[in-house]
Amino acid sequence: MGDRASRRLAVFTGLLVLGLFLLPLVAGQYPLYLTIQILILSVFSLGFNLLFGYTGLLSFGQAGFFAVGAYGCAKILLVAPNLLLGLAGGVGAAGAAALVLGILSVRHTRIYFSMLTLAFGMMIYSIAWKWRDVTGGDDGLVGIPRAPIEIPGFLSLSLATMERYYYVVLVLSLLAMLLMYRLVRSPLGLTLQAIRDSEARAEFAGVPVRTYRLIAFTIAGLYAGLAGALLPPLENTVTPPIAHWSTSAEPVLATLMGGIHTFGGPIVGAFLFFMLKDIIVRFTENWLIWLGAIVVTLVMGFRGGVVSIFAERFLAGGDAPARPEAT
Amino acid sequence: MSDLLRLQGIHKSFGNFAAVDGVDLTLPAGRLTAIIGPNGAGKTTLINLATGALSPDAGAIHFKGEAITHLATHDRVRKGVSRSFQIMNIFPRLSVLQNVLVPVLARRRRTLVPFSRLERETEGLAEAVRILRDVGLGDQQNIPAGALSHGDQRLLELGIAIAPAPELCFLDEPSSGLTPIERARVLELIRTLSVERHTTFAIVEHDMDVVFSLATWIVVMNRGRVLAEGSPAEVRENREVREVYLGEEAWA
Repeated sequence: MGDRASRRLAVFTGLLVLGLFLLPLVAGQYPLYLTIQILILSVFSLGFNLLFGYTGLLSFGQAGFFAVGAYGCAKILLVAPNLLLGLAGGVGAAGAAALVLGILSVRHTRIYFSMLTLAFGMMIYSIAWKWRDVTGGDDGLVGIPRAPIEIPGFLSLSLATMERYYYVVLVLSLLAMLLMYRLVRSPLGLTLQAIRDSEARAEFAGVPVRTYRLIAFTIAGLYAGLAGALLPPLENTVTPPIAHWSTSAEPVLATLMGGIHTFGGPIVGAFLFFMLKDIIVRFTENWLIWLGAIVVTLVMGFRGGVVSIFAERFLAGGDAPARPEAT
Repeated sequence: MSDLLRLQGIHKSFGNFAAVDGVDLTLPAGRLTAIIGPNGAGKTTLINLATGALSPDAGAIHFKGEAITHLATHDRVRKGVSRSFQIMNIFPRLSVLQNVLVPVLARRRRTLVPFSRLERETEGLAEAVRILRDVGLGDQQNIPAGALSHGDQRLLELGIAIAPAPELCFLDEPSSGLTPIERARVLELIRTLSVERHTTFAIVEHDMDVVFSLATWIVVMNRGRVLAEGSPAEVRENREVREVYLGEEAWA
């Protein structure tokens, strides 16, 4: 990307972030709620795309780690009402689950990896249904408080209003996005992209491929866990459907719509996902069918996703981590 | 000449087919060896066994006196054994520079660095640029590797193979699919690199012009075994080699 295009993108991003910070001044409760959902799916999808777009591994089981994050955070908040503890516990539990299941999953690639992750995800879904003592079974966990942020002797910040919780989600999401942005442009990010292009060549370049796949899988699990942990304080409840494979499909759809080959693709895709869903559900209960049709159209018509079209038209070249082969 | 790689009694079967059947082979430092033989002779399997892509059913592999028989591929690379592939194997969507930067960073143990910008890897980048200049791709650093011509992709693959600074580098049919001009360029490059970088090359090759113009030692394989080895002149005069593999016309 040229300097001019970079400047344009930086200005655009700056204005967008400024707009997000000013949003509670002009928007009501529902737009804030919707924006929180978009931010949560953005974080979820960015983690997913580190695996898919950057490392070449298509996981269908990310909802499992999303659910571990959500249930982990909810359990902690019910016992110790401090958001920091809840988030840390949820993210830590999801990261640990991803590390353990990753050791088993990254031994395989392509469809075998995808099927394994789907199976592990559905195992977590079953646990959410059946382990009633811990998860509340089909009732889920209810009455989860939107607990304050507390650092004893230093800080106690109530998050009772939607506006305040919105700012917590916004700051954490932006931080997660910034870290991911740095990561994909680092030596580690380059190495993951090399593995995506050719795992054999990467191994013969001296890269322990399986270890790096596990690192990517664990980071994706941490991001799914953060996204999941941000949900219970918003909804005040957690139920098993968040672990279902259809939840795993959400970051897949968002990333495909936005574009797997651009850093911002999953974020734009998350925005589109909720906008389309919000519009379509006003007309029909079968919103998934219509969303599916739109995704199919986008994927077949614009393989690079919406962001690549935007990048080509307005920035004269994308910030693509992976450009198509010219041969 | 000190021994770099020593293969002892190596066996590898796929089902009932013995691809490599009791091979003993020594590759000394500084000797440019060509491994030749008809299709199915076991040449590429032998490279796969030496570099860790495959595990032998029996036998031992030593590199500079150290047993590496069960060492993972990336560990063998770090010890100094590298390779190129028969079928082009580069990182097509990375830039030409990044293709070489990956093995350079791996050797420098910098690939795990998570949040630092690539531009800060100044030493690694400088080394990658030097390698690209050495292989003649210095002016194509920033284009996607997949956009290079076939001949330039072969040069890039050579660059990736030497980027880990190997002491021993296997090249599997380095001239395959190249025009005569490109082939001459690759051969000259191999000669130069073996002198300037002190890399010992072992090439698998079907083109006899390439073999006899480049190699100082030739190993002939047939049906998974070493049929003969020796200097080009000795192999050329070997009656068994003529009968089994090359045919009289190849020597004309």
